[in-house]
Amino acid sequence: MIDIFNYGFIIRGLGAGVVIGIIAPLIGVFLVLRRYSQIADTISHVSLAGIAIGLLLKVNPMITAIITTVLSSVAIERLRISKKVPGDSALSIFLSGSLAIAIILISHTRNASIGLFNYLFGSIATVTQSDVYLITILGLFVVATIIAFYKELVYITIDEEAARVSGIPTKFINILFIILVAFSISLSIPIVGALLITALIVIPAITALQFRKSFKKTIFIAESISIFSVIFGVISSFYLNLSSGGTIVITTIIIFIITIFLKKNKITKILHLF
Amino acid sequence: MQKLNHSQTIIKLDKICFSFTSENVINDVSLEIHKGDYLGIVGPNGGGKTTLLKLMLGLLYPQSGTINFFNSDIKDFKDWSKIGYVPQRSNIGNDSPITVEEIVAMGRYAKRGLFHFPTKEDKEKTLDALMQVDMLDHRNSLINDLSEGQQQRVFIARALASEPEIIFLDEPTAGVDIKTQKQFYSLLRKIHKELGLTLILITHELDIVAHEATELVYINRTIEYYGDPEEFLKGKYFHELIGKGGINH
Repeated sequence: MIDIFNYGFIIRGLGAGVVIGIIAPLIGVFLVLRRYSQIADTISHVSLAGIAIGLLLKVNPMITAIITTVLSSVAIERLRISKKVPGDSALSIFLSGSLAIAIILISHTRNASIGLFNYLFGSIATVTQSDVYLITILGLFVVATIIAFYKELVYITIDEEAARVSGIPTKFINILFIILVAFSISLSIPIVGALLITALIVIPAITALQFRKSFKKTIFIAESISIFSVIFGVISSFYLNLSSGGTIVITTIIIFIITIFLKKNKITKILHLF
Repeated sequence: MQKLNHSQTIIKLDKICFSFTSENVINDVSLEIHKGDYLGIVGPNGGGKTTLLKLMLGLLYPQSGTINFFNSDIKDFKDWSKIGYVPQRSNIGNDSPITVEEIVAMGRYAKRGLFHFPTKEDKEKTLDALMQVDMLDHRNSLINDLSEGQQQRVFIARALASEPEIIFLDEPTAGVDIKTQKQFYSLLRKIHKELGLTLILITHELDIVAHEATELVYINRTIEYYGDPEEFLKGKYFHELIGKGGINH
């Protein structure tokens, strides 16, 4: 068997993948419980416009994706609060609008469509050393921010009205959270791709919720599923010559199906191990 | 009716008007709430009870009039840990992975402030609050695994954990059985008398609240009655309320 650790791109892919594996479910548990999954999907599509801008300007597409998604996420949140446009419709405008921008820009960028495929579905071969540094630094920022505002995020997620009454600055925390979502999505693009990142954010979280544990344990379970899926996905995609993003997402889905099966058949002893 | 002490006004509403559209839901409401009051708010469905509560909690702002909390305008009021809030049960999602202790600990969060992690003192206050409502044994249970009556006790504990001076309750016993209802009101009586907290309760259970509260407000867009709860039962608004289906009687 080929020793995969002799390949630099595998080391880079695993390093960046583990960081993504940590931040995606950390964001995901809050997103799922707040019924924000659709927002994550919209922001991931917005990131495509950012990638297209990066390819056009010949700068690191992850950086342009971060800028585009952060600005759009703040606009989406403000539009949601203002209630001037129904929530779903506002998301549709951003989703289709950013895809349209991406297509227009790509059609004017030479050879960009080849690179775009990697950004749509993820490919660890595209992860550069500077990507790993960027993902690690911003990933640490996301984790540190979640830890710093953990208690406020939990309160708002469980009961936003009561949190507001108690004096928690809900508007500030909501904006901060949506920015963290934008960061997490943009950072995940090289590994799982813009179109599959929502799956890595959402599926470990909904799987962990099946265990019916406390908030902290739910996050821990989601983290375990996500990190395992990323490592397993990256390694198996190498040996089987598959797309890393697709393999990671399929792994999370298989774990979800197994969990549902165990729950349905009341094989709860395994679930109680956590 | 017990003797009321109205020496300290803690909430003052002055000529409040509020509308979602062109028609006022709350019209020219003035009200003073004093330290130690146990105020029941009743009224017909659509009469503005919940809107009034949301105005008092700062969740909505009036189009005209002023609301003062502890002698400061509600927009400048900062010390929200003085306020406890027991919402309707429906605020918490059925899939929320949250234990009883985690819910009650939230009552300490705003008091602790941003960038501060909960301390040993917060843990003690959380467990104390759970003991007050007799739910300590359930601290590791998921909130969704409890009965509605038990859940409401937990939300009371969350409100108590912030060491408030006043607790707002929004139809806390809606949909629970009579026995649970009685236990809940007995707990409120204990909180009011033993802890000396001010209680503001929105309810449809007029026959119970009339014997528990020290004062009663009947609101139908504007305040049509304010005073002795038992006197209310003898008056015309009581019959009007029965006619409009605004009470469980």
